[in-house]
Amino acid sequence: MSTLTETPAPHRQAPWFWLALGVIAWVAAYAALAPFADAVIASVGLTKQTHLGESVHFFFYDTPKVLLLLTGIVFVMGVIHTFIAPERTRALLSGRRLGVGNVMAATLGIVTPFCSCSAVPLFIGFLSAGVPLGVTFSFLISAPMVNEIALALLFGLFGWKVAAIYLGLGLSVAIVAGLVIGRLNMEDHLEDWVRVMQGTQSAEFDATNQSWAERLDAGLAHVKNIVGKVWPYILLGIAVGAAIHGYVPEDFMASIMGKDAPWWSLPAAVVIGVPMYSNAAGIIPIVEALLGKGAALGTVLAFMMSVIALSLPEMIILRKVLKPRLIATFVGVVAAGILLVGYVFNALL
Amino acid sequence: MQIKVLGTGCANCRNTIALIEEAARGKGVTIELTKVEDIKDIMNYGVMSTPGVVIDGKVVHAGGIPSRDKIDSWLK
Repeated sequence: MSTLTETPAPHRQAPWFWLALGVIAWVAAYAALAPFADAVIASVGLTKQTHLGESVHFFFYDTPKVLLLLTGIVFVMGVIHTFIAPERTRALLSGRRLGVGNVMAATLGIVTPFCSCSAVPLFIGFLSAGVPLGVTFSFLISAPMVNEIALALLFGLFGWKVAAIYLGLGLSVAIVAGLVIGRLNMEDHLEDWVRVMQGTQSAEFDATNQSWAERLDAGLAHVKNIVGKVWPYILLGIAVGAAIHGYVPEDFMASIMGKDAPWWSLPAAVVIGVPMYSNAAGIIPIVEALLGKGAALGTVLAFMMSVIALSLPEMIILRKVLKPRLIATFVGVVAAGILLVGYVFNALL
Repeated sequence: MQIKVLGTGCANCRNTIALIEEAARGKGVTIELTKVEDIKDIMNYGVMSTPGVVIDGKVVHAGGIPSRDKIDSWLK
């Protein structure tokens, strides 16, 4: 067993003053969003009564709003991540039974730092520490699907209700899919070398002894990393949304993906979504375009979940640890869950 | 000194390698840098979140790109 030794960083005062200043600036900017957009269209001589004015106003209102929300939420998540290393999540889940364990795993999936390239080491790390297979799957489904970027973008573009629904449904899919996979007792369908690995010890990593200065640094680094990567998608998404907002007739997509669309429209959306691979930011422009043209929210959210949660590259990586039958079960169970969520959602609203 | 970077070839792992090389050049320290990409080997170090860094057989970092300060503190 090897132990991780944290190299102590030189102690310095956390920049609380700058943090407070940043929060004040953030709140002030958020409060100034509508006046800002009004001023922009007024300065170029447009009014909200025209199509063009409406589109331009939408763009200059939504872009700063979404970027502000994203920056705020990503910063907070970056700081939270310093408290919850994957090693800690694993310790919390180790030996949990199905049920409680699945709920905890799905919830921890939201706050645990996760990169899809770490999916396989995490998977094995969890199993080897005695986290049951079904509980591990709940984590593996929830971590990429229900993340702060998806929630921040949904919140910024479509309001807190859509974000809350996505959060609730995403967690439900992760919990139920994990429970089902756990019940099927498919431990035999792990690759042999993975089963040998179970019970081996892993490095201990104590992330709790960081100073607040380091935690705030981590938050900033997270913002730089994430916002730096996703802003072009957001601009594109909002530009598409703005164009639709002003011009395209509302019910353009209604007959294919709307509430009164034929029954196969939802499965088709999920099936199309599986081989597609994108992160939450990349899919948002499409979501916005579909919703703007009258597609039903349940169908669109199901499509978004299937793009983010199930992807071919991920299957190929998972193939190293799972035998084909377990991968097929994983895809089948998750796709069925997403489908169910879509139907329920379309029926309720 | 022998430095190993554990990772399955994602962008963060490549960044980590570049950062370490740059820091070593800056400090004039000779290092032997190797990539460990096989998932079994990575797991044998007990690292769950990549990229991880191993120096002379000891895991010193895991789960993200290490900061420059941290790298400098290794290269003594």
